[in-house]
Amino acid sequence: MSKLVIEGVSRTFAGVRGGQPVQALQPVDLAVAANDFITILGPSGCGKSTLLRVVAGLEAPSAGRVLLDGKAVTRPGPDRGMVFQSYTLFPWLTVAENIGFGLRERGMPERDRNEIVASYVDLVGLKGFASHWPKQLSGGMQQRTAIARALANDPAILLLDEPFGALDNQTRGLMQELLLGIWERRKKTVLFVTHDIEEAIFMASRVIVMSARPGRIKSDVPVELPHPRHYTLKTSPEFSALKAQLTEDIRIEAMRTAQTQSA
Amino acid sequence: MLRPLHPVPPGTRTVLGIAFFVLFVAFWAWITLGGHVNRIFLADPLQMLGDGWRLLVEDRFWLDILITIWRVFGGFVLASIVAVPIGIAMGAWKPVEAFLEPFVSFARYLPASAFIPLLILWAGIGELEKLLVIFVGSVFQIILIIAVKVGSTRRDLVEAAYTLGATDNGIVRRVIMPANAPEIAETLRLVLGWAWTYVIVAELIGSSSGIGYMIINSQSRLATGQIIFGIIVIGLIGLLSDFAFKALNRWLYPWSLA
Repeated sequence: MSKLVIEGVSRTFAGVRGGQPVQALQPVDLAVAANDFITILGPSGCGKSTLLRVVAGLEAPSAGRVLLDGKAVTRPGPDRGMVFQSYTLFPWLTVAENIGFGLRERGMPERDRNEIVASYVDLVGLKGFASHWPKQLSGGMQQRTAIARALANDPAILLLDEPFGALDNQTRGLMQELLLGIWERRKKTVLFVTHDIEEAIFMASRVIVMSARPGRIKSDVPVELPHPRHYTLKTSPEFSALKAQLTEDIRIEAMRTAQTQSA
Repeated sequence: MLRPLHPVPPGTRTVLGIAFFVLFVAFWAWITLGGHVNRIFLADPLQMLGDGWRLLVEDRFWLDILITIWRVFGGFVLASIVAVPIGIAMGAWKPVEAFLEPFVSFARYLPASAFIPLLILWAGIGELEKLLVIFVGSVFQIILIIAVKVGSTRRDLVEAAYTLGATDNGIVRRVIMPANAPEIAETLRLVLGWAWTYVIVAELIGSSSGIGYMIINSQSRLATGQIIFGIIVIGLIGLLSDFAFKALNRWLYPWSLA
């Protein structure tokens, strides 16, 4: 049975000041197997973030439904951990307190919490920074904390909305390896939204390419590159072939977006 | 030379800041001691210091200072206790805002000083009346500013908390409140400054003690030196309480410093 099922989910935004309503997402169907790493690739404004927010329960679909482990999603919950593109650490909490936030909301006593928090601080390589405030951390470290915060809750699925989008290229590469390393060791169902083709291939066991707005699934490309993956994989011929194929796909969509915007 | 937005070194900043005080006092000394204005209407700086000394030593003026400080803080604390929870509730829950916002916006423009005759009728000319003037002057301001700040809590933090399993109650108590705590403290610091204006007005009318009383009392005797001394004392206490408040905020909310 699929871990996550998206059934005919569409989203239409009401028109601004009596204007025409805007369809952000055409009906989308997608089934995600347990422990799969899915990347959703598409040009900006294609509705890929909207789709993720619907899965998270932060936005209601205009039609269709989302099932996680057979249960319909109606509102956000700790079974769907999310990492945002913007830095969303709670600035008044330390790194350790941020990671323990979900556990605390669940009412877990502090002693049990500390042990789990320490293991996740370790996992994302932030030993020695546990009692720092978020503002004292670099962007990469903040996003590592955000990943640890989402994972510490042990969610059924991890949702990431362009989590490395605001980072510089080198940091982004390191973060990709870090997250992939965690996934290879711990196995988790992951939905990862990005507009970066290389990132989409490198991370994924399956790339979902979305069309220009209104978004729909354009192609579904399995990535059968071996694990564990190392950054050198990005220069291999198999990787390049996939990249060429997806670049072509996404280029057409990006051009269509540019045309609708200039029209 | 003067480049826009270019920072000034700390040493120069201090010197410039003090320089204006020196210029100000020098100008005051020049027009009074130089005989450019009538002494009856404006005392010179030396006379002001002499009058101030006499007030403190002979007239036990420090008791008036203490009673005024007590009134300001009493009225202000009373207003804060009522206003902070209401402001947070209005910011967090939109129906509460829709219910209260129009009235509070209206009440904010009612001048506290115009309430003094009513408050005297209701509460007499004792301490309660003084506290109520400050309360009326501060409470609506605090409510409204806090409601706006709380209403503009970062949505992404709220969403992140929801995806971590926070309940609606948890969002208010463990996201909205801590996220806005420094801003709320900053609002209180601002309004405390205004409370100093209300207390003097309250003491000008129907009072027998306090800095404002001393000032109105000095007017009938043309003791402008005492009046100016009283005004300067208010300024100094205001400055000190502002420093104390700022230091307290820095100590309470180290995470919010840039």
